[in-house]
Amino acid sequence: MRIELQKRARVSTLFSVLSPLLALVLTLIGGAILFWALGKNPGSALYSFFIEPLLEVWSLHELAVKAAPLILIAVGLSICYRSNNWNIGAEGQFTIGAITGSILPVLYPEWHSPMILPLMLLMGIAGGALYAGIPALLKTRFNTNEILTSLMLVYIAQLFLDWLVRGPWRDPQGYNFPQTKSFQIEAVLPEMLASGRAHWGFAFAIIAAVALWFMMRFMLKGFEVQVLGQSERAGRFAGFSARRMVWFSMLVSGGLAGLAGISEVSGSIGHVQPSISPGYGFTAIIVAFLGRLNPLGIIASGLVLALTYLGGEAAQLSIGISDKVSRVFQGLLLFFVLSCDTLIHYRIRLIFAGSQAEAKG
Amino acid sequence: MKKLIIALAASAALLGGFSTGAQAQEKKKVCFIYVGSKTDGGWTQAHDRGRIELEKALGDKIETPFLESVPEGPDAERAIERMARSGCAIVYTTSFGFMDATVKVAAKFPDVKFEHATGFKAGPNLATYNSRFYEGRYIQGQIAAKMSKKGVAGYIASFPIPEVVMGINAFELGAKSVNPDFKLKVVWANTWFDPGKEADAAKALVDQGVDILTQHTDTTAPMQVAAERGIFAFGQASDMIAAGPKTQLTAIVDTWGAYYIKRTKALLDGSWKSEQIWDGLKDGILTMAPYTNMPDDVKAMAEETEAKIKSGELHPFTGPINKQDGSEWLKAGEKAEDGVLLGMNFYIQGVDDKLPK
Repeated sequence: MRIELQKRARVSTLFSVLSPLLALVLTLIGGAILFWALGKNPGSALYSFFIEPLLEVWSLHELAVKAAPLILIAVGLSICYRSNNWNIGAEGQFTIGAITGSILPVLYPEWHSPMILPLMLLMGIAGGALYAGIPALLKTRFNTNEILTSLMLVYIAQLFLDWLVRGPWRDPQGYNFPQTKSFQIEAVLPEMLASGRAHWGFAFAIIAAVALWFMMRFMLKGFEVQVLGQSERAGRFAGFSARRMVWFSMLVSGGLAGLAGISEVSGSIGHVQPSISPGYGFTAIIVAFLGRLNPLGIIASGLVLALTYLGGEAAQLSIGISDKVSRVFQGLLLFFVLSCDTLIHYRIRLIFAGSQAEAKG
Repeated sequence: MKKLIIALAASAALLGGFSTGAQAQEKKKVCFIYVGSKTDGGWTQAHDRGRIELEKALGDKIETPFLESVPEGPDAERAIERMARSGCAIVYTTSFGFMDATVKVAAKFPDVKFEHATGFKAGPNLATYNSRFYEGRYIQGQIAAKMSKKGVAGYIASFPIPEVVMGINAFELGAKSVNPDFKLKVVWANTWFDPGKEADAAKALVDQGVDILTQHTDTTAPMQVAAERGIFAFGQASDMIAAGPKTQLTAIVDTWGAYYIKRTKALLDGSWKSEQIWDGLKDGILTMAPYTNMPDDVKAMAEETEAKIKSGELHPFTGPINKQDGSEWLKAGEKAEDGVLLGMNFYIQGVDDKLPK
């Protein structure tokens, strides 16, 4: 006997829409079983994991802080993936954006001007975009695989950051700890409201998501992204250039990842240090697919993934489950999203290989 | 579709059914936040041992929630704030790198008490506590000089902060009191907790010809490398004898439990004050693991030194001591002041390394 996946003749639209929710429910059930197996009350565990962080205002702010970089990066990635360009290196573009954006406050700590913050944000966007331009150049020029090049550039970016903060950028008054001076107040991305720590990075994320949604829905460029993603040949007949699309999608996603990087450093950290991201650039890939590569869906999925970070902490405090459980949840979620999607497009068939095999089995 | 509805209903029932179990406990919450895993076998585990002791001693009056593996940075601030908001009466933040986050949250929550380990920033509701680890390092240095055939030891260091530099110097001072030509090689792992990097640093040192290893990082990885290569090593923060039964000479064991019990009692009876505490061997905040794998005369020497430090007869940082470049730091008989030690950013003579600048 063997198992085969067979393409369905018709794909149910209802389930295509429901699949992320279905995956979420399955994750909850999987999590409940997990907690039960650990000897914890599954109800109270799920409650403290998924509900408790949503009950207080300050905690909602923290949710926004965590969700902002995920959403910013993921909406950029959605343009890439829709147009069939596989940028896996958002983590590196995030890091470079954080570095280029921090040049001004690190090198000119005495410069107190309201101009500094907008300049930092622009330099962050430029840095991320340029860094994503490297795989774009390699792909259009030498036909290299952007999955590999963008991924490998992540490690270069991280090691470069590491070298900077341990070497030339280290704060001389910092007791030799590998971090830069704290940014001057003008260089700190302000909080949106007085009630918590959420900074303007979250607003950027929402604006970017809505803008890209508008582009995909109502503008020719959005149509171009979709056509080229589905069939390059058809796109060529329509006069679209696949080469230009490589550049466009990589620069947009790189720029947004760079903006996320400088927003994170300026808004939530306040200085540059060796580790500035718990893997936002990679988690954003899950976010993009969980949001069905739709910018508005990504806002929702970014909030869900952010919740898994916060929930892990809440669950650890109130019922004493290990912090590893949030990673397990992220993994379960991705697993169920992918399997739901697969089963929407394919059906499982059990094939029995003839009567002889059956008699043996 | 029907199945989906059933699944939704089931999970809704699960959520609703159990969510009402709000605890109506009167116990005070004494909270801990750890940089590593509580089973790291070193620094964090030592704090967790203290927490468990505390729970044993005062478990009828308090409970002790904790968060482990909290990265230093924005996540630490959120985690500490979550503790303050979740009703913790006092929060122990147990890593140097939590300092700024602790200061920020302490300013926001004046009614909650905070104690930060090994830092130097205090406030009305923020105390600091530290241990004179250098006393133990001095003893280790003496043992190393006796046990090493080559007269060179290797030191796996974390970050070049004063605390760590002080430990390196104390080790070298102890070694030089036995063998004036003793050399010390240092490798900076630039991490507190990373078994892979720590093991690499240990291998690099062994390859450079050291035959004794000591560490200022948190895991047992260097001890395991030493065991594999057949040399001796010292444990750090916890007794690491299990990782090197034939390897560990002794270990500096952090025994925070007594301190946590003392401070929590003060909190309960209302006499808690913000203090900056720096206790040593005589206060029991650190102890030496059994002296093992060494001849009796070395053991006797170590025990004698330990007794002298406890009685106050011996202060490891007593002159004459020269700085690395040969210039005089302490005159004969002069003792280093605590303030100078806590800001130490130079090596003494004999350390074979350049301090990262």
